[in-house]
Amino acid sequence: MAQYAILLYGKAPADASGLTPEEIEAHGRHGEDVERLGGSFVSAFALQPSTTAVSIRADGVTDGPFIDAKEVVAGGYVIEAPDLDTAIAIAKLNPAIQQGGGVEVRPCLG
Amino acid sequence: MNAVEQAVADAHRREWGLVLAATVRVARDLDLAEECVQEAYVAALTAWERDSIPRNPAAWLTTTAKRRAMDAIRREQAFKSKLPLLIEPDEEVEEMEEMEPVLEDPEGVVPDERLRLIFTCCHPALAQEAQVALTLRLVCGVSTADIAKAFLVSETTMAARMTRAKKKISTARIPYRVPAAAELPDRLRGVLGVIHLLFTTGHTAPSGAELVRSELVDRSLHLTRVLRDLMPDEREVWGLLALLLVTDARRATRSGADGRLLRLEEQDRSQWDRDAIAEAHELIVAGLRGGNPGRYVLQAAIASLYAEAPSYHETDWAQIVQLYDALLRVWPSPVVALNRTVPLAMVAGPEAALSELELLEAEPQLAGYRYLPAVKADLLRRLGRTEEAVEAYREALALTDNEAEREFLTGRIADPGRP
Repeated sequence: MAQYAILLYGKAPADASGLTPEEIEAHGRHGEDVERLGGSFVSAFALQPSTTAVSIRADGVTDGPFIDAKEVVAGGYVIEAPDLDTAIAIAKLNPAIQQGGGVEVRPCLG
Repeated sequence: MNAVEQAVADAHRREWGLVLAATVRVARDLDLAEECVQEAYVAALTAWERDSIPRNPAAWLTTTAKRRAMDAIRREQAFKSKLPLLIEPDEEVEEMEEMEPVLEDPEGVVPDERLRLIFTCCHPALAQEAQVALTLRLVCGVSTADIAKAFLVSETTMAARMTRAKKKISTARIPYRVPAAAELPDRLRGVLGVIHLLFTTGHTAPSGAELVRSELVDRSLHLTRVLRDLMPDEREVWGLLALLLVTDARRATRSGADGRLLRLEEQDRSQWDRDAIAEAHELIVAGLRGGNPGRYVLQAAIASLYAEAPSYHETDWAQIVQLYDALLRVWPSPVVALNRTVPLAMVAGPEAALSELELLEAEPQLAGYRYLPAVKADLLRRLGRTEEAVEAYREALALTDNEAEREFLTGRIADPGRP
């Protein structure tokens, strides 16, 4: 077993309050996909819009996301899965993909 | 080369992938497996000289390579492995137990693990250039130096690319297995794409003086045949094999004695490989049977119609346009739409083809694509719009590094009136 982070991206500022009730429900249901496909949840989080972000570099604190991009991180979750194919199969069912965004799968260290 | 050296070289060309794939199951590490297989081939040189060439060289090589892998694992058991082992869900212990008798019985059948290896090398989590390189190295046994040469990068760059890819396989836990039925069509498309890229790289070298790098062409044909044997029911595999056969059938006639690129209408059809064209034809007929042909079957059918016409002017252009329409439905690509304008010009005239082509000029995917201005130039030339044609030829010239193509275009610019 290994841990994979699945990061959700949406069009900036990725404001979850813009989601319809159906879209929110789809995200809730996605939890079942994880178990059904042989993974398990480790942790999950959803973020406030990127306009609320603060970034910090050696030269100081600035407002806004770390990288200025058209698409920004909207949330993410860490799952445990036997291999990358299982993680991809789970990530493919993430509703963000049908909602104008997408997801990135990253193996966790250790 | 003596008989033993020849036998080892043959086994290297034909069986490398089979031996490596079987060894990976024991080694559970691509680098270790590669090293052990390499050693097995070296050992074969002396052992076969001493004991005679075994009747099943692949079984001998596999047993030897697996033994070395097991020895290495035992030796290093005390050490913690640098990288996590390859993910490979089922039976690995019994594999080790059952291998011993193989050495006593050289007729023993080597279990064919090549599909696992091919699907792992062509995993979509790897960059396509890495997929191509890994496939050539691990499945075909081509040396890193030769792969680097074929793709016009330094050996160091190529070696680094492969190391990165192998590391990703192991750290991201890309499983060493054939994908499940639900994913298979998608993943097979990826594998076919890699083999096709291998072929086109060899067939039309994107730069350099030599038009055909026959090694790559031969490897990709061989690999497609292996895949056809391993997945005998996949019609798209038949389609790819047919496409490669029919394209390669024209290999000898694609350039003239002086190295100049010859257009299809100038090529000597009597020199085309009729056996290859006939084999492709059977595959295409079988592939079209049952309906809903896929992308490769349709591409092969188009290429085959070109190849089977007794002369350029007797080509069945109308049917080719129809096949392109079907191809666009399964593979809506601007490149396909551009290629369709060539037969369309023969059916509906260059004027109609030119207006279709002009619609495609806005496609971002075709920006900088050298065949767009080349096709446009030819249509303009046929319409007698010579000045505009020369301008388009110049545009195409600026976009290609291939010597044979450059020469062709330069000739066109110098004498645009020539038919």
